[in-house]
Amino acid sequence: MVEPLQKPARRTPLQRTRRQALPPVIRSRSGMLLTKAAAEGRFALQRCRDCGTFCYPAHDACPVCLSVELALEDAPTGGLVVSETTVRVPADVYFKERAPWRVALVKLDCGPVVLAHLHAGCGEGDRVTMSLQLDKAGLAAAFARPANIPPDAADDPQWREMTASPKFRRALVTDGRTAVGRATAAALAAAGATVHVGIAEPWKPFDGEALPQSCEIVPLDVTDERSVRDLAADIGGKVDILVNTAEYARPGGLLDRRGTGTIRSEIEHNYLGLVHLAQTFGPAMRGRGADGIDSAAAWVNLFSVYALANWPAYGTFSAVEAACLSLSHCLRAEMRPGGIRVINFFTGPLDTEWFQTVPPPKVAPQTLAKAIVSALDRGIEDVFVGDVAEDVRRRLQANPKALEHELARQGNGQAGQ
Amino acid sequence: MTDFTPHDIAAAIAAGSLRLVDLTFTLSPEFPVIVLPPEFGQASPLRIQQISRYDADGPGWYWNNITLSEHTGTHFDAPIHWHTGRTLPNNAVDTLPVEHMIAPACVIDCSREAAADPDFLLTRAAVEAWERVHGQVASGSWVLLRTDWSKRSAKDYANLRADGAHTPGPDPQVMQWLVEERGILGFGTETIGTDAGQAAHFNPPHPAHHFLHGAGRYGLQCLRNLDQLPATGATLITAPLKILNGSGSPLRVLALVSGKGSNG
Repeated sequence: MVEPLQKPARRTPLQRTRRQALPPVIRSRSGMLLTKAAAEGRFALQRCRDCGTFCYPAHDACPVCLSVELALEDAPTGGLVVSETTVRVPADVYFKERAPWRVALVKLDCGPVVLAHLHAGCGEGDRVTMSLQLDKAGLAAAFARPANIPPDAADDPQWREMTASPKFRRALVTDGRTAVGRATAAALAAAGATVHVGIAEPWKPFDGEALPQSCEIVPLDVTDERSVRDLAADIGGKVDILVNTAEYARPGGLLDRRGTGTIRSEIEHNYLGLVHLAQTFGPAMRGRGADGIDSAAAWVNLFSVYALANWPAYGTFSAVEAACLSLSHCLRAEMRPGGIRVINFFTGPLDTEWFQTVPPPKVAPQTLAKAIVSALDRGIEDVFVGDVAEDVRRRLQANPKALEHELARQGNGQAGQ
Repeated sequence: MTDFTPHDIAAAIAAGSLRLVDLTFTLSPEFPVIVLPPEFGQASPLRIQQISRYDADGPGWYWNNITLSEHTGTHFDAPIHWHTGRTLPNNAVDTLPVEHMIAPACVIDCSREAAADPDFLLTRAAVEAWERVHGQVASGSWVLLRTDWSKRSAKDYANLRADGAHTPGPDPQVMQWLVEERGILGFGTETIGTDAGQAAHFNPPHPAHHFLHGAGRYGLQCLRNLDQLPATGATLITAPLKILNGSGSPLRVLALVSGKGSNG
């Protein structure tokens, strides 16, 4: 049974904050296919194109017909627990610190038998729902949860290791002036987090009423190195989830724009904003990945899907987003030793002022906020939100050159564009 | 005056018979800047980026790179700042005559009126009433509008509402009159601009900018400590940075006033 999670007590100042130990990190390159699926929250396995066999673990050739045509494919999530084991004294440091740890052999409905981490709510002979989770090292691990997932299932300590659930965690939403920032703050608060919301230029009017009462407003201007450093000095040690909602998107490309003012602002708000936040909050979070129930857990970036392929109607903005995406991979690599997940969201145009003339579909701030909480709850890493983002991703995969031409012709909805 | 030497100023300051008042806000990233509609280019607030602080980037020294607009913090407006002054000779901060950088100041105290009404406007009648007490505004002098606005919190200082900023300033008639009839050197305020917050709706819009710069005169804004100045008798030292073709410049504004007392 799942022990309901209790609000964590304050730490004793007499004890050292434990360093993050990581679960084993070696995977084969084919094994990384499962990590790709886990990062997107899919339960997908290799399947032989010739004989249709699902494979597990990852193979280089089909174990039945020896075909090398193995492709990642979404698999049915059902399974049956054949046997369970409680490991009481694991040899591995990560598991030893978290023992006892339950694992099980699960016979998947689609064929293979899988060694999986086992949720407290199920045991031998039970039907289970399988998923691929990213463990603290960011690698795929099979996880078995009860077929009918009980309401407190997320409180299971083994499951919590695989997620970044906002419950009892402390979040920083970096910009409460954006619609996405306000929606995200509200969604995180509703999910059980304590939420700090950054407000830049406090001398400008701000309607604090738009935020839930429980949210705490803090001064934060991501474009100002000192402002970010000052806030990190105050609360850096108790930010468990950071959601960077600062945004600065402007329509326009290169040739028809005078000067570099807008382009600089795009760089300052988006790229340097991320740099400032990472250099100040990053190290503190990385040091607290194993800090109990309310350990530091996740860093959330909200990117435009045009980070992947330039949309000239928002050409310089797309370019800055591409730089941010690249930087996020650096951040992810540097945060991983601390067990912190860097979660990247990709969206098409948001339903906000600076995409006003862009025709629908557009992503509503509330939709994105909901997706953020869901991704934290599921522990996934790469999230495409909305039809446009999915569409761009598909077209990019199919033919990047075609997408380049298509985006070049796609205006921003304004006359003459 | 024939026996007067530059050393006499320093001696008088040392003796306390001349006093210096600092009329400058500290340049800080948080200090409000003018806000234009977002589709226009914006003035940058101050940003301080550390080069080194006795660390690996410079073991023995501390210094910063800074970025800011020409119109951030306590600053000087040159005639080239406004379209009305764009063709005048010597209209930028690097070419304006250095003789203009030291000049007398008249201080008109409207702090009571501004406290009662954030949209308070200085009128010609008010200046004429001031002149009946203190004498005529001398040609070539600064006119400083004291509102005590500099004592407000940042939010009340910017005083932005849904229909724009509400801060005091001059009305169009008094500006034209001060420039054309009194020949003032410039006009200074405690607020973010020389013009009132709602001056975009005046005729002409932004009359202080329009008339001052059109006649080759100057603006000073974001001043403070005007309450420490006498109505007449202070001399301002206003030397903007010599920025190539600069439209304005942050600067340290100092006032020399007579009398005993501690430095401002």
